Amino acid sequence: MIRAPPPPAGLKTPEGSHTMYHIISIRDFEKSDLDHLLDRAEEFDTEKYRPRMLEGKLAALLFFEPSTRTRMSFATAMARLGGDSISVDSVEASSIVKGETLADTIRVVSGYADAIVLRHPKEGAARLASEFATVPVINAGDGAGQHPSQTLLDLYTIRQSMPIDGLDVGLLGDLRYGRTAHSLALALSLYGVTLHTIAPGGLEMPANIALELRERGMDVIEHTDVEEVIRELDVLYVTRIQRERFPDSASYYNVASSYQITPDQLRGVREHLMILHPLPRAGEIDPAVDQTPYARYFEQARNGVPVRMALLYEVMK
Amino acid sequence: MSRKDPSGGLVISPIKNGTVIDHVTAGEALNVLRILGITGSTRECLSIATNVRSKRMGRKDVVKIENRELRTEEVDRIALLAPQAKINIIRDYQVVEKKGVEIPHLLRGVVRCPNPGCITNTNEPVESTFEVLPKGLHCLYCDWLIKNDIAGHII
Repeated sequence: MIRAPPPPAGLKTPEGSHTMYHIISIRDFEKSDLDHLLDRAEEFDTEKYRPRMLEGKLAALLFFEPSTRTRMSFATAMARLGGDSISVDSVEASSIVKGETLADTIRVVSGYADAIVLRHPKEGAARLASEFATVPVINAGDGAGQHPSQTLLDLYTIRQSMPIDGLDVGLLGDLRYGRTAHSLALALSLYGVTLHTIAPGGLEMPANIALELRERGMDVIEHTDVEEVIRELDVLYVTRIQRERFPDSASYYNVASSYQITPDQLRGVREHLMILHPLPRAGEIDPAVDQTPYARYFEQARNGVPVRMALLYEVMK
Repeated sequence: MSRKDPSGGLVISPIKNGTVIDHVTAGEALNVLRILGITGSTRECLSIATNVRSKRMGRKDVVKIENRELRTEEVDRIALLAPQAKINIIRDYQVVEKKGVEIPHLLRGVVRCPNPGCITNTNEPVESTFEVLPKGLHCLYCDWLIKNDIAGHII
């Protein structure tokens, strides 16, 4: 039985909700909690589950920001467990345009559904939702903040091939704004992983996050060029370099092309190297890499379903 | 603080009733007033001395507020800016209570989160909430860390 991670001391929670299991931030989890969720996902992946485990349960998918994979995989996960889902797909289609606060929306939807899955453009939105909800809340991404279900499926994909403990993991791309990279780095710090960061100038990992990782006992090594480290890595996690972060398209293409992974760069890498990417990709990985045994990102995307089945089941069982 | 011979330097009138905040970090007196919500438009009678010589601190600021006794939670906010401050509660010219300041564990509604994308900077019915850590103030909503210029973020 998994422990419900307590909210940070000092935040209000509705009466009786102290035992409720919200999934808001990787920071709330200990290693044993993550391992338990990954074990559960593995059970569901090998079809050791009953298709009606969540029959009669209803999940509200509140997506106030665009999403394809996350929303569809939550809906798929719910359907595979025999439950139903209702959804809001955009701010325009919701009462947010009439000026309703998220807090009110959450209180209302708590009365309809058995769990709320929330994607919202503001950081901390899911934490706020968990204070007003009377049903469990799962954070499906809050602005540049946390995206714990993505992190869990990243961990799950690594663990399918090798034990996570003690690996050398490279994070490549936009490490300044990329929330998936921050969440994953925090989780990996629980596993004694050595982290290699490779980022273009101006998109380096924020100093306070690097500090937090080191305080958690993690070795964080900064590199400027993927060539200098790629042969030492067990996992290379590539994130999208976002065009909107650059002043003009010329400087974007300049940086983006120098950070592209091509089959040539993969000569001499470790045999078991796995290349992951949260997708969508925008040129960071040459499509020719897809044919190599290192490319694992589509498998990673598929793993979104068993991992989200595990999350939905744990909060609603 | 008591009246001294003008040739000896400092002169600030004693107050009959109220609070004297002594040993404020030099230069922080006006920020201390801000954190207490005392502005030019409030009614308190104030005396402020800045960069006063101090044996213990070299230089210090002193703030006197007449007819107002500060509550503990107000006092603890001051600790953010002036951790060495001493609070003297004055009644009928006598110091009836003298206390130091303690940095609180949590700050609710005191500091605005500098992250424009933080949910606490919207119309949602929540107050900013920061936990006080040795390395700075940590927003419990968006995980932003304020490392310096805390005074600049006071609401």
